[in-house]
Amino acid sequence: MKMLVPYLTGGIRPDWTRYLQEYERNGADAIEIGLPFSDPILDGPTIQEASDRALRRGVTTRSVLADLAGVRIGIPLIAMTYYNLVLHRGADRFCADLAEAGVRGLIVPDLPLDEAGALSDAAVANGVDLTLLAAPTTPPDRLAEIAERSRGFVYAISVMGTTGERDELAESGVRLAGRLRELTGKPVLLAFGISRPEHATAAAGVCDGVVVGAALMRRILDGDEPEQLGAALAGFRAGLDTVTV
Amino acid sequence: MSELVLPSSSVMSDPGERGRFGEYGGRFVPESLIPACAAIEEAFRDAWGDPRFRRDLDRLLAVHAGRPTAFTPAWRLSAELGVNVLLKREDLAHTGSHKINNVLGQALLARRMGKTRLLAETGAGQHGVATATAGALLGLAVTVYMGEKDIERQALNVFRMKMLGAEVVPVTGGSRTLKDATSEAMRQWVTCVDEAHYCLGSVMGPHPYPWMVREFQRVIGDEARRQCAAELSTGVPDYVVACVGGGSNAAGTFAGFVDTGAQLIGVEAAGGAAVASGVVGVLHGFRSYLLQDENGQVSEAHSVAPGLDYPGVGPEHAHLNDAGRARYVTVDDDEVVPAVHRLARTEGILPALESAHAIAWVIKAAESGELPPFSTVLVTLSGRGDKDVATLMEAS
Repeated sequence: MKMLVPYLTGGIRPDWTRYLQEYERNGADAIEIGLPFSDPILDGPTIQEASDRALRRGVTTRSVLADLAGVRIGIPLIAMTYYNLVLHRGADRFCADLAEAGVRGLIVPDLPLDEAGALSDAAVANGVDLTLLAAPTTPPDRLAEIAERSRGFVYAISVMGTTGERDELAESGVRLAGRLRELTGKPVLLAFGISRPEHATAAAGVCDGVVVGAALMRRILDGDEPEQLGAALAGFRAGLDTVTV
Repeated sequence: MSELVLPSSSVMSDPGERGRFGEYGGRFVPESLIPACAAIEEAFRDAWGDPRFRRDLDRLLAVHAGRPTAFTPAWRLSAELGVNVLLKREDLAHTGSHKINNVLGQALLARRMGKTRLLAETGAGQHGVATATAGALLGLAVTVYMGEKDIERQALNVFRMKMLGAEVVPVTGGSRTLKDATSEAMRQWVTCVDEAHYCLGSVMGPHPYPWMVREFQRVIGDEARRQCAAELSTGVPDYVVACVGGGSNAAGTFAGFVDTGAQLIGVEAAGGAAVASGVVGVLHGFRSYLLQDENGQVSEAHSVAPGLDYPGVGPEHAHLNDAGRARYVTVDDDEVVPAVHRLARTEGILPALESAHAIAWVIKAAESGELPPFSTVLVTLSGRGDKDVATLMEAS
């Protein structure tokens, strides 16, 4: 089975955790939850807009984690945010907060391998998996080190660009996934630009799963209700399940 | 006095492979940009050690940018204040500010690296105009990212950039100002790292930018050092003062005096004072003092001087502050406008609102007695005030 990891901007609307439940019900294996930050430099227009909307509602890391305490989700939750929010709280307390809220993984896109040491230690101490990102331009030695030090899985950025919807699965992502799978037995998840079920089908042939972000957040920004998102996610699930290798 | 004595080699030197100034700096960028940053570091190390590159840059600075810039004793202001004020005239550099020093260096480097395009962020438009100028001169296509709000406020500079052949892209996200323009330039750089060089405008960003931009700006301090040696009986001034937004003109100036006994003073805008009011954070690739709210969200800076409207400060300034080698002070908007008028009336020089922060502090410190009578004060006048005339008209 290929892994399906949908993304949701935490606090996008007051009842945002209902989307989590629909995701779980419709085939998600884990959920990536964005903790909104004022300056998301690896996010394209859709997720920027979602972050801005959540921040304007007064959402904070603390409020997102508090909301999570009130819901029962049976699949792993992974936080995605930028390093300033971690540093502001302190790496150790930040990871402890995540663990306490039941969040098991952490992705920090502006914290590359070379700067990740302190947070990596704090994450381990608190039982949180710090997942590292790999890019199409990452040279071989560095890619091996990322694969070695990433925990939980390896997050493969499929394109040179930001998060956002694209017309087709990038060839650069296919190549990166292939390089990573030769280096590690950890799951390799392809992210960025997985916008349609057929992209998920195509990706499933070369990696262990996909992250779907902007394609879902666009619908939420346009007003889709949790049930509608659940149906959309089911389409990606079906796309992945056509591949059995 | 402080018991901490730093060996001179540890301040304003090479920040090493990890790009650290004390605990500040670093390379906090997405993995996609790591190879590009590493390539720039390698190319810069190679170029900066290559006498031919240095000769080419020196020649461009001389024949195109008009260096060395003048060193002007401010006679009437000095007489009024009772201290000896000397001005390093970056306002006389081509395009009207010190920004051209850095941009010519980076544009030459970009060409050496085989790049065909330059990307830049701009707030007030000074760095955008300088980048557009260098692009025109060296045959590189230029794309400038500028917040929508700044585009409205700085229509003249937008038109200048376009006349110089640059494309100006409005940034509509976030606060629609410099911080967002910088984020957007970094996002777009990811999509074109093979052919484009990101020509960052201040001593900030991921390693090697804070160091590289300081080195390209140290021509200010090196020239001023020689000019002081020629003009002053003491050889060096007692005080060296410069305004600080990101901090490139101050870094370039301080670099020439860090190994002397001169007191180094950086003047921040009160509404954008990262050193005075910020806490340690990470934004745009580097760790430094950063204005942020109680939840760690980055705050917007507010200053009458658009070039100081940035919530962070270059990492080397954070380090110089902590090490006690430079002191950072603030002045309010309502002290700045009178300083522009006073310099205009006493010296016939209309400084940029940014540069007027340094003048305003000197006036205040001389009048309060903080600057001892007859002390010698070098002020870097980072730019000319033509761009601010509309703002000044509104303020008067």
